[in-house]
Amino acid sequence: MNQIVPSTGKRGSQELASTEDHQEFVTMFIEGQMFGIPVLMVQDVLGPQKITRIPLAPPEVAGSLNLRGRIVTAIDVRLRLRLPRRADDKGDGMSVVVDMKGELYSLRVDSVGEVLSLPAAKFERNPPTLDPLWREFSSGIYRLEDKLLVILDVPRLLDFSKSEIN
Amino acid sequence: MDDLLSEFLTETAESLSVLDVELVKLEQNPEPQILSNIFRLVHTIKGTCGFLGLPRLEHVAHAAENVLGKFRDGELDVTPAAVTLILTSIDRIKMILSHIEQHEAEPEGDDKDLIAQLNAAAEGKLQGAATAPSAVEAAAAPSQPEPSPPPESASQPAATTAAPAPAPAPEPDEEDDDAAASGASVPAAVAQVPATTAAHPVAPPAAPAPAPAPVAEAPKEPSVASQTIRVNVELLENLMTLVSELVLTRNQLLQMVRGKDDSEFATPLQRLSHITTDLQEGVMKTRMQPIGNAWAKLPRIVRDLSVEMNKKIDLQMIGAETELDRQVLELIKDPLTHMVRNSADHGLEPTEERRRIGKPEVGKVVLNAFHEGGHIIIEITDDGRGLNIGRIRQKVLANGLATEAELDQMSDQQVAQYIFRAGFSTAEKVTSVSGRGVGMDVVRTNIEKIGGTIELKTQQGKGTSFIIKIPLTLAIVSALIVECAGERFAIPQISVLELVRTTANSEHGIEVINNAPVLRLRDRLLPLVSLRSLLRLGGDEQGRSETFIVVTQVGTYTFGIIVDRVFDTEEIVVKPVAPILRHINMFSGNTILGDGSVIMILDPNGIAGSTGEIAGTSQAAAEATAARDVHAEDRQSLLVFRAGTPDLKAVPLALVARLEEIEVSEIERSHGKPVVQYRGKLMPLVSIDGGFDLKSEGQQPVLVFADGDRSMGLVVDEIVDIVEEQLKVELSVDEPGLIGTAVVSGKATDIIDAGYYLTQAWGDWFGSPEKEFQGKEDTRRILLVDDSPFFRNLLTPLLSVAGYDVTSVDSADKALSLREAGDDFDAIISDIEMPGMNGFDFAQAVRAEGRWSSVPLVALSSHATEKDFERGREVGFTDYVAKFDRDALLQTLAQTLKGAA
Repeated sequence: MNQIVPSTGKRGSQELASTEDHQEFVTMFIEGQMFGIPVLMVQDVLGPQKITRIPLAPPEVAGSLNLRGRIVTAIDVRLRLRLPRRADDKGDGMSVVVDMKGELYSLRVDSVGEVLSLPAAKFERNPPTLDPLWREFSSGIYRLEDKLLVILDVPRLLDFSKSEIN
Repeated sequence: MDDLLSEFLTETAESLSVLDVELVKLEQNPEPQILSNIFRLVHTIKGTCGFLGLPRLEHVAHAAENVLGKFRDGELDVTPAAVTLILTSIDRIKMILSHIEQHEAEPEGDDKDLIAQLNAAAEGKLQGAATAPSAVEAAAAPSQPEPSPPPESASQPAATTAAPAPAPAPEPDEEDDDAAASGASVPAAVAQVPATTAAHPVAPPAAPAPAPAPVAEAPKEPSVASQTIRVNVELLENLMTLVSELVLTRNQLLQMVRGKDDSEFATPLQRLSHITTDLQEGVMKTRMQPIGNAWAKLPRIVRDLSVEMNKKIDLQMIGAETELDRQVLELIKDPLTHMVRNSADHGLEPTEERRRIGKPEVGKVVLNAFHEGGHIIIEITDDGRGLNIGRIRQKVLANGLATEAELDQMSDQQVAQYIFRAGFSTAEKVTSVSGRGVGMDVVRTNIEKIGGTIELKTQQGKGTSFIIKIPLTLAIVSALIVECAGERFAIPQISVLELVRTTANSEHGIEVINNAPVLRLRDRLLPLVSLRSLLRLGGDEQGRSETFIVVTQVGTYTFGIIVDRVFDTEEIVVKPVAPILRHINMFSGNTILGDGSVIMILDPNGIAGSTGEIAGTSQAAAEATAARDVHAEDRQSLLVFRAGTPDLKAVPLALVARLEEIEVSEIERSHGKPVVQYRGKLMPLVSIDGGFDLKSEGQQPVLVFADGDRSMGLVVDEIVDIVEEQLKVELSVDEPGLIGTAVVSGKATDIIDAGYYLTQAWGDWFGSPEKEFQGKEDTRRILLVDDSPFFRNLLTPLLSVAGYDVTSVDSADKALSLREAGDDFDAIISDIEMPGMNGFDFAQAVRAEGRWSSVPLVALSSHATEKDFERGREVGFTDYVAKFDRDALLQTLAQTLKGAA
């Protein structure tokens, strides 16, 4: 299940993922809502993991885990988006590991879906009525046939210094 | 070879090989960038040889640099002839270098020829006389490649000066601006060069002469320059990281195989383990640098200070070769410099003042570095005036760091610790008088950042010393793994002093003063921190049947961390926590354990800080010192038990051979007395009060006292504890079998006289000891000198039982008066620490004169270190025995007497 994508090095092949006006996203679900992250940001997709709790950390920080010898900080995206804690949390959620400035973070979600290639024409900016917090973490919306895909702005999602002021 | 010199050779060899390549490039493509690089390299060589005192090399490099400088400034054009000339000088430099490498000195001869050419070239006279120098060069550098430099050199400048039309004639004029004369300058220049060349046809043969020799010798042995290579530090860091990971993986494997004896992996794994350890050491070594590197600047700083302040300062640096990780080295460099400057500047008194108070004029600042148990200790000591405690008190009051009442309670040492406080460095400093407040908090912070500790001792008028303890390396640390509320944490071993286990029903549980938990640890109160509440782990400490307390030291502040369980120690690689967690100062990092799980590493500094106590100002400082002082006295392990009555009784543990539990059914009777078969012999059992209330069934605890092949069992009801205590018999009693009553762990405890019970058992068993031993041989007379009644009471029966006639006195003076009185002894046993005349002096007095001068002398002391041994031997002791090692004492006595007889 672990897709090995090189963590460093030049990913100058932006065109590969975005042929013409298409962008590829890894999709995931929290509370039935679909979210997306640009595929090139994603390092790994993980199943349930043994997570070490970090006392005194912000509640959104689920803990840390060992990914092939590297320590990954797990972020509970659900809590980060101020969604209620899962009532039946059996720890069976999946995680998407992203690389931010050399640090690895694992984003815990309910489940991970397929990779979609989406045309830029279907991209829209956040509707102004969206919750300010979500507006902060979302870079825009894709209109899909049957549902809407919220694109997560990972750097902002992981910028804890800002959100604490909010 | 001198380190500096060999480093220079390595460096220069590298620069020269770069130069070769760059010069050729330059010739093909005269870019300013290449030129400035070349200029810089040559300049560096020149600078370094000047510094090292290599004049010949310096002159050549200097001349070459001049030419290059002209190139750079555009005053000269880069011509093949000029480049050749530079290359020639580089060859000459190489030749001289290879000579230095072998003989550590410059070769004989000079380089006037070459320098003259270079100078001429610098003055722009090269082109006109190109043919002449090239001929000379041919002699110096036989591999002259260009047969046709003159025409080229003549045409190229013409082209580059953007004056294609003019004939070569005016061009020398232009360049030869210094030569003053216009028309005559050309012939003059031409004439001049041949003149110089003509002047030294003698020189070239002389100069190259030494050259071929070294070159011929060179291949025989690998040169210094090729024995070392330069490696990027980053590469080493990467290697270290990889090795750290390897160590972790190795630990993980070991953990998996542990407990499976028959595993087929055991052997290869052991090998892997060894290789990993060797590799780790090897890589660590590559990062190790002598601490002297960090000290290099100090002599200069101190010298400048000494001139500026008009003080005489002697900076002594001991242990400069002590190696430590370069990362650590970088981090302590500045704190060290700061502290030495402080010591020299503020610590030492001005010369006149020193003279006035009768100190040696030259003030001393001593830096001492050494290894101790996986750490580096660095001591910075001065013999100056010490910290001005009065000023610090004022300052503490002024800053509101403590109240007057609090300060009154503090010892000077405690007050001195305030200089590590942050507030102390700012505002109106303590300067002029003590001045040490400046930046000491920064020093402490820096040192603690790398997991080190700093201690301070000061004595008014005698000086101040700082003791810094830092880990050898930052990469791998040993850590204690603890558990609290089901979570595991690592605590760096460097700050852990000891572990204490408390159970719900143990005598010393955790006590609470207004929600603040404390623990009575030996003779002091230890503040406790609950990890559970500190980290808000939830759950409840109450109701746990046992908890552990990790006694932790930060600076001089000692406190206990309450945890649920303690596992073993593991070597861990500290990894920084994610940036979003950096604000939590309870953790210094995280790591991956052998079993693959992630674990947080606790930061004792952060924890100490959170308890409101900034390290360095606690009472514990003085208490720790007090505890150490007590330790220096006679602390001994006592076995506490109950027998007969409910009172606590104790006996020195060293006297007890074993603790046994005997099946009651196995106890037999002989002559009406209980005996038990023990290790193939009959062992008499003695009860404490003469009566025999043995249990009717089950196990009977027995203290076994043994001597040689005889042993005796003292029947007890219950073994309570083993405690380490300074034994002071407070009440003496006349009751047989009791020495007296002492306070053990805060409770009145009877100290039993083991000797009495020994005689009871053996007396009954073997008949009267006197008869027995008198029958064997003449009774040996022993003189026992010991100030402690406890020891006299303990040893006298012991020795009597062993068949000696013992006379005991409580001081050396009394012993000597026995000598005056005419008493004779076969051997003398003497304590060392005694009021009045001590053991060493006593021995000297005995040996010095009188008829005891050849009597064997045995020293008895709680300090049985190698050094004491030496000292004892020097003053005339025949042997040296540790107190309470009764077997050794009897053995020594027997041997000594045998030797004397």
